[in-house]
Amino acid sequence: MNKFKVYNFLKKLGLFILVIWTVVSLVTLLIELVPGDPALARLGDQATPAQLDAFRKRHDLDSPPFFFSFNSDQGFKWHGTNNRYLKYWKGVLTGDLGVSYDTDRPVLDMIIERYPATIKLALAALFIAILISVPLGVLAGTRKNSLIDNFASFFALMGICLPGFVLGPLLVYVFAVKIQIFNPTGSYDAKDIVLPAFTLGAALSAILTRMVRSSVIEELGEDYVRTARAKGLSENIVIYKHVLKNGLIPVVTILGLQLGVLLAGAIITEKIFNWRGIGTLLLDGINTRDHRLVQGVVLVISVTYIVANSFTDWIYGRLDPRIRIS
Amino acid sequence: MVGWIRELGFPSFSNVNRLSYIGFFLAAVFILTAIFAPAIAPHDPIKQFDRYSPEEERLVTRKREAPSKEFWFGTDNLGRDTFSRLVHGARVSLLVGISVVVISGIIGVVIGALAGFYGGWLDKILAGYLFNVVMAFPGLLLAIAIVAFLSGTNPSPNDRIRHLIIAMCITGWVGYARVMRGQVLKVREYDYVQAARALGAGSLRQLFVHILPNAIQPLIVQASLAMAGAVLAEASLSFLGLGIPPPYPTWGTMIDDARGIDVLTSAPYNLIFPGAALALTVLAFNFIGDGLREYLDPKQRKR
Repeated sequence: MNKFKVYNFLKKLGLFILVIWTVVSLVTLLIELVPGDPALARLGDQATPAQLDAFRKRHDLDSPPFFFSFNSDQGFKWHGTNNRYLKYWKGVLTGDLGVSYDTDRPVLDMIIERYPATIKLALAALFIAILISVPLGVLAGTRKNSLIDNFASFFALMGICLPGFVLGPLLVYVFAVKIQIFNPTGSYDAKDIVLPAFTLGAALSAILTRMVRSSVIEELGEDYVRTARAKGLSENIVIYKHVLKNGLIPVVTILGLQLGVLLAGAIITEKIFNWRGIGTLLLDGINTRDHRLVQGVVLVISVTYIVANSFTDWIYGRLDPRIRIS
Repeated sequence: MVGWIRELGFPSFSNVNRLSYIGFFLAAVFILTAIFAPAIAPHDPIKQFDRYSPEEERLVTRKREAPSKEFWFGTDNLGRDTFSRLVHGARVSLLVGISVVVISGIIGVVIGALAGFYGGWLDKILAGYLFNVVMAFPGLLLAIAIVAFLSGTNPSPNDRIRHLIIAMCITGWVGYARVMRGQVLKVREYDYVQAARALGAGSLRQLFVHILPNAIQPLIVQASLAMAGAVLAEASLSFLGLGIPPPYPTWGTMIDDARGIDVLTSAPYNLIFPGAALALTVLAFNFIGDGLREYLDPKQRKR
């Protein structure tokens, strides 16, 4: 570790902490966007003052939203440290995301209960995407302009322009209504993950197919491939041991960036297939105006996304020494 | 996209311009449909049709009817004309799409220009920090949260459109800002800009007269791709129940209404037509964007 590396590492770490702080703060303050009194918005006009007060007390809504406030009536006003922003931050650091307005249960418990289903879905989608895109991309890249290459380009086109909420119901129509091999919704047995995972992974596999193909074509033109061929290695070994090793490096970064798309896309996919994950939890929270729950889910997904992105950044540096320093 | 399609070797589509022509054509159809929706739609998109049933001796809803001369694309689950709803649905997509592209474009260009032109600590705050924060959120998730929180109990259609536009602009500007900043950093070192500076041109004159015209081309590409993204995002939010409230038709809500098992079984065209319309519109703006990028960048044309 030389000075330069340490400096770079600290710079990256600093930015990471700064971004996390801002994102959490923004999510914390998101709840202030709700028009009017949050207690009134949730309980309705019929609520008695006593009920409203009890609700405010229960959900920490009785203190001012931020350190200070500014409006035309009262001007600038300092509220001190007894504010919602600081309280929420204290909660975040001690693993307490507040209590759900609707079920009265800790939000974090509700999220932990549902998160594994979403992670399972996202990983299955990732798996399907890699399973489709790597062989298809390699075949298309090594046999330029062949039938399989054209098929790959058509597949990639469909994957990009067909959004999940069109593809998902179409898959249900074909594989659950016409040919009844899958259940249309829910997760009753193990194979029920196939349709949702394919729906979620389709766009990703389209992007990956395209990436694998172009990076295989690029690598095939490199000197080391000519050397390997001149040594008399079989074409399979050249492609799968030499070309793929280098060709998959850019794919890794895309995977990291796409994780956020997967998590956000999971909300839509979970709605289509009634999958009991964090996405349906978010939508339930929106429908019941459970703002505390929505806030918690947004926070957890955003933080997962940022951490995953930083992690891929790091992995990318490990895999490809050329970009470690730049 | 055109680039890689050709790169992937689509033989009949090997001509770049042909694909972007398809894009322009589809986009024109989409825009004209949206503008002239009331004239094109044969029926009221909200009206539920019914008929007298002699067997039941009462009025029944003409729901899930197959395509016919009267209802070109059939009727939906509530007996409304799918074709008329599809035509009117284009209006919301276009309105939200254009507004998001223009508003976030202006914000992005200004912020990107500031960051690139003045550099220094302003650039560090904007490009080093703010861009990263905005990109740290998965865009759709933030839009969902903002729309859900902004619309209290019963939002009016106009409020919802406003909220959708706000939510998408909050994350949308950063794409333009990055493009603009990159262009400014490149162009400001060109000899003619240096010459203008030496002649005493102020920063505003340098920015608007000398730098901006050079940055316009990549911004148009960005706008076209952003249009595809905005149309898709509006449909996604509508699908999730965060769009214009019913009964007003949007493509997202039409798809949501059509995915019940009973509708899928007896009237799948209720899903297929809005799905195809959405996919073609997204495709069109992607084709235009990629076609323009290749056209504007001769280096890419040869690849």
